[in-house]
Amino acid sequence: MSTDTPTIVLVGHGMVGQRFLEALAERGLTATHRVVVLCEEPRPAYDRVQLTSYFSGRTPEELSMTDMEFIKDHGIELHIGDPAEHIDREARTVTARSGLTVTYDTLVLATGSYPFVPPVPGKDAEGCFVYRTIEDLLAIEEYAKAKATTGAVVGGGLLGLEAAGALKGLGLTTHIVEFAPRLMPVQVDEGGGAALLRTIEDMGLSVHTGTGTQEIVTGDDGAVTGMKLSDGSELATDLVVFSAGVRPRDALARDCGLNVGERGGISVDEQCRTSDPHVFAIGECALASDGRVYGLVAPGYEMAETTAATIAADEEAAFTGADLSTKLKLLGVDVASFGDAHGATEDCLDVVYADSRSGTYKKLVIGRDGALLGGILVGDADAYGTLRALTGSVPPIAPEQLVLPAGSGGPAQLGPSALPDEAIICSCHNVTKGTIRGAVTDHQCTTVPEVKKCTKAGTGCGSCVKVLGQLVNDELEANGVEVDHGLCGCFSQTRQELYEIVLALRINTYQQLLDRYGREGARGGDGCEICKPAVGSIIASLAPTIGADGYVLDGEQASLQDTNDHFLANLQKNGSYSIVPRIPGGEITPEKLIVIGEVARDFGLYTKITGGQRIDMFGARVEQLPLIWARLVDAGFESGHAYGKSLRTVKSCVGQTWCRYGVQDSVRMAIDLELRYRGLRSPHKLKSAVSGCARECAEAQSKDFGVIATSNGWNLYVAGNGGATPRHADLLAQDLSDAELIRLIDRFLMFYIRTADRLERTSTWLERIDGGLDHVRDVVVHDSLGICEELESLMAAHVANYRDEWAETISDPEKLSRFVSFVNAPDTPDPVVGFVPERDQIKPDLPLLTIGTRPLEGSATR
Amino acid sequence: MTLAPETTALKIQLQLEDDWFTVCDLTALLPGRGVAALLPDGRQAALFLDRSGRLYAIDNRDPFSGAAVLSRGLTGTHQGRPFVASPLLKQRFDLESGRCLDDETVTVASYEVRTN
Ligand code: SRM
Ligand SMILES: Cc1cc2nc3c(=O)[nH]c(=O)nc-3n(C[C@H](O)[C@H](O)[C@H](O)COP(=O)(O)OP(=O)(O)OC[C@H]3O[C@@H](n4cnc5c(N)ncnc54)[C@H](O)[C@@H]3O)c2cc1C
Ligand code: SF4
Ligand code: FES
Repeated sequence: MSTDTPTIVLVGHGMVGQRFLEALAERGLTATHRVVVLCEEPRPAYDRVQLTSYFSGRTPEELSMTDMEFIKDHGIELHIGDPAEHIDREARTVTARSGLTVTYDTLVLATGSYPFVPPVPGKDAEGCFVYRTIEDLLAIEEYAKAKATTGAVVGGGLLGLEAAGALKGLGLTTHIVEFAPRLMPVQVDEGGGAALLRTIEDMGLSVHTGTGTQEIVTGDDGAVTGMKLSDGSELATDLVVFSAGVRPRDALARDCGLNVGERGGISVDEQCRTSDPHVFAIGECALASDGRVYGLVAPGYEMAETTAATIAADEEAAFTGADLSTKLKLLGVDVASFGDAHGATEDCLDVVYADSRSGTYKKLVIGRDGALLGGILVGDADAYGTLRALTGSVPPIAPEQLVLPAGSGGPAQLGPSALPDEAIICSCHNVTKGTIRGAVTDHQCTTVPEVKKCTKAGTGCGSCVKVLGQLVNDELEANGVEVDHGLCGCFSQTRQELYEIVLALRINTYQQLLDRYGREGARGGDGCEICKPAVGSIIASLAPTIGADGYVLDGEQASLQDTNDHFLANLQKNGSYSIVPRIPGGEITPEKLIVIGEVARDFGLYTKITGGQRIDMFGARVEQLPLIWARLVDAGFESGHAYGKSLRTVKSCVGQTWCRYGVQDSVRMAIDLELRYRGLRSPHKLKSAVSGCARECAEAQSKDFGVIATSNGWNLYVAGNGGATPRHADLLAQDLSDAELIRLIDRFLMFYIRTADRLERTSTWLERIDGGLDHVRDVVVHDSLGICEELESLMAAHVANYRDEWAETISDPEKLSRFVSFVNAPDTPDPVVGFVPERDQIKPDLPLLTIGTRPLEGSATR
Repeated sequence: MTLAPETTALKIQLQLEDDWFTVCDLTALLPGRGVAALLPDGRQAALFLDRSGRLYAIDNRDPFSGAAVLSRGLTGTHQGRPFVASPLLKQRFDLESGRCLDDETVTVASYEVRTN
C-alpha cells in the first residue's frame, strides 16, 4: 500500500459504522482510500434493532449485518475485538488495545452508546445485567436457565419492555420497575400508558410504576436475591436487567479534547464534523447540530450517508434532524408513536379514541390547518405505517375516522393508496412511496422480498412491512398485473375455492385436483409442501361425502400428510416422537392411568401432563410407535390427534356432580363433544372446553368453541384463542338445550372448515371474514345463506364414519412396514436418536445434534 | 401403487464411491414420500420416488437441526425441480443437487440412484 493513499479510520463497527462502510463503497471511496476499522465487540456489525429476536430463534449468525465478502472485496481492514484506546489528534494517529497504531487522514467515530446503570448499591452483583449486545443476551440466557426463576427489569421504556418480554419468554416470572408514573414515558401520554399497562399486565408481567430502585439485595454467595424499592417494599428476584436509558460513548473524544455536549455526545455540525475538521462522529455517540442525541438507527444511517458524501466532496449533504417515530417490537403488544406525539406544537388539537376494555388507545395530534402532526397508538397499531407516512400533510379523510376501530361504522380504513409519492414509508432506510412504486414499475419487482432487496425498505425494524405489502399489491393491480391470492405455486385458487371445487365435483384425489385445476406449470407435477397437506385436509374433512376413504394413510392420501400425520405422532427435535392418547374431557379411570404408567415405564418414555388435560409420552423411536399403540389400543385408548390439524381436547371442569357451584354436568357434555368431533380434520387445530358455571374453571372463553353452563342450559362462545395472539371468545348464543348446542356447534365448525384459509384458527378467521361475528351468527343461527342443512349433514356423515386411525393402522401389516427407521435395516434403531437422564426421566441428547435455530413453539407448523 | 408386474423385482441401488449399494425393492417406496437407508459406513441416505417414477437420494441428516429426518419430509416441485421440505423447520432441499433452496450457503450430499 503506497503511503500517499489517504486513510480513513472508523472506530466502532456497529449498525451505523457498517452503513458508513457501505456508503463509502457505493461512492467508490474504498478504491481510492485505505479503510481501517476498529471493532470492539468479538463479532462484526449485527442487527442490534432485532436483538430481541434472538429469543425467538434468530441466531447470532442470522443477526449479522456484515457480509465478509463485501469487506474482502473492498479491501477493508477489519480488526475484530480490538477497540481504539487513544487518539493523538496532533499526530493524527489512533492506537488500539493490541498496540496497533494507524495514521489517519479522516477519522470517523461511531462508538454508539452504553447502557446507563443507576448508581444503586449492589448494582455490580452477580445476576445483574444490561441489554445491549449479543454477549449480554447470551449471559442473561445462561444465567436465567441455570439460576433464576424470577427476573426484574429496571426501566419501563421501549428497551425495558423488550427486555421484560425476553425474560418472560425465558420462563421467568417478570417484574418491571419504572420510576416514571407510566410505562414508555417518552413515547406515550397518560391515556396511552394506561392502555399499555393493561396489555402488559394481561401478558402476565408485574408492573411497578412510580417506583424507584434503591438497592440490589444479595445473598451470602454475592448473587442477587432481590431489590429494595422506593415505596419501602422489597421485591424478591434472582436476576436484574438494567434498562434505564443509554448514554453516548464519548470518552475517546473527551480524552483527546474534542468538544462534547454538557449532557454527553460528541458535538458535530450539519456535516457530522466534530470540532476537529479531520474527525467525524456519527450514530448514537454524536450530538447533532440540532442539539439532540438520536437513539434510533434511522438518523444514524442518515449521518453515515452525510459523512460519506462529505468525504467524497461531490455532493451537498447535511444532517439537520430526524423523526423519532417508534414502534414496539415486543410480541403481542402494539405500541407506536410518531411525529409530535405529545402535542408540543402550538395551538394543536387532539383526536382521542380510548377503549380500556380492549386496551386500545389512539391519539392523533392535528395542527390548526388540519395537518396530521403525530400520534400515539396503543393496542392496535395497524395504521402506524400509513399514519406515519401521512404526517405533515392534511389527511384525505376526517381524523376521527382514522382512529375508530374497523367495522364501527366509519368508512373503510385509509389505505396506503392515499399517500403522496413523497411520503416516507420506511423510515429506517428513508424510502419513499415513490421509490417503492418505482421498484414495482421500473425494476419489475413483483413480491415484497424482491422490493425489500431492491430498495432496502422493510429491512430495518420491520414495522413498515405491512404497508409495503399493501403498496406492492396496489401497484401491481394498478399495472394490470393480477395479484395472486392463490394457495401456493401450484394452485391459483384460495383454500375456500378448492374446498368448493372438491365438494361440488366430488373430487377425491389430490392428483385429479392438481391435474385439472392446478396452475398451468404445476399440472402433472408433484405439488408442494403447502398444498399437499391443505388438500389432504379438505379431502379428509369431506371424506364420506365425496367418497374418499376416511383413513388418512389410505392410498394417495398417505403421501399428502404432513410428517406428523403420516406417522400419527408428533415429531420431536431429535427425530423421536411423542404419543398422546385421547382422554375425553380429562376424565380417566385409575386402570387406564396405570396402563399409561406401565407403557411409559416399559418403553422408557418421558412423561408429562399437558396443558390440555391429558398425558404426553415423549421419546419413542418410529419403530416403537406400533408396539406402544398396540398396548394402548388394547387397553381401550384411541388416538388423541395431537399431531393433526383436527380436534385436540375438550377440557372440562368437574362440574355440577361434585362442585358446589356447578349448575350443569360439564364433564358429560365435554365427553359428548369430544367424542362427536374427534378426528375431524380442519384448516387448523380445534380446541374446546366446557365449564359447569360462570366461574369458568375450564377456560372455555379461550377456545375455538367454548361452552359455559347456565341455570337454563348452555352458553356457546366461539373463536377464542390462547397461544401467541390470545383472543377472548365471543358469545354466539345463550341458554341452549343440549340438542340446540350441538346443532349450532356442528354448523359453526363446518362453516369454518368451509371458508377458512389454510392454518387459520377460528379467531383469525372470524376477524378476517366480512361482517365478522354478526355474519357468522346470521349464517349459523339464522341460516341466512340457507346452507345449514348441508352443514349439518356433512357433520353427521363425519360422525357416522369416524374410525380410530391407530386401531386401523396396527391391524394393517402393509402400513406397519412404514414404521421403521431404515428401509434396509428394519430392526436397527436410528443412532442419531439418543437420550440423557434428567430429573429421573430422559431428555434428547442434544450434543448429538447441531441445533442451529430455535423456533417458537410450533412456528414450524405455521 | 400401480407398477407393472415385471418391475416389482427391481432393486434400488445407490452409488457409493465406485460401488453400487443395493438398498431395497422399488416397491418399498411410495410416490411422493421418502424412506431412510442405513449405509455401510453408518451414514444415512433419504430416498424418494416421484410421481413419474424418478428416484432421488440425498443425505438423511437435516443440517439445520442435526436430526436424521429428511426422508420424512413432504416432497414437491419448485420451478420444475424436485425438492423435499424438512419436517422440522421446513427448509427445502433440491433432490438432485442437495442444495438448500432457502439458504444458499447450505448443501447436503446427494447420491446417484438407479434400479437394477
Ligand atoms: C404438549 C403440549 C404442551 C404441554 O406440555 O402441556 C403442547 C405441545 C405442542 N404444541 Fe401447544 N401444546 C399443548 C397445549 C397448548 C395450549 C394450552 C391448551 O390447549 O389448553 C395452547 C394455547 C391454547 C390455544 O391453542 O389457543 C397451545 C398453543 C400452541 C400453538 C399456538 C396456537 C395459536 O393459535 O397461537 C401451537 C402452534 C401451532 O399450532 O401452529 C402449538 C403447537 C404445539 C406443538 C404441536 C408444536 C409442534 O409442532 O411440535 C407441540 C408438540 C406436542 C408434542 O410433541 O406432543 N401449541 N398449546 C400441550 C398439549 C395439550 C394436549 O393435550 O393436546
Ligand atoms: C434491544 C434494542 C432494541 C432496539 N430497537 C430499536 C428500534 O426498534 N428502532 C431503532 O431505530 N433503534 C433501536 N435500537 C437502537 C439502535 O440499535 C441504535 O440506535 C443503533 O445500534 C446505533 O448504531 P451505532 O452504530 O451508533 O451504535 P452501536 O450499534 O451501538 O455500535 C457501536 C459499536 O462501537 C463499538 N465501540 C465503542 N467504543 C469503541 C472503541 N473505542 N473502539 C472500537 N469500537 C468501539 C461498540 O462496541 C459497538 O459495537 C435498539 C437498541 C437495542 C439495544
Ligand atoms: S366452573 Fe363452576 S362448576 Fe366448574 S369447577 Fe369451577 S366453580 Fe365448579
Ligand atoms: S420503518 Fe423500520 S424497516 Fe421500514
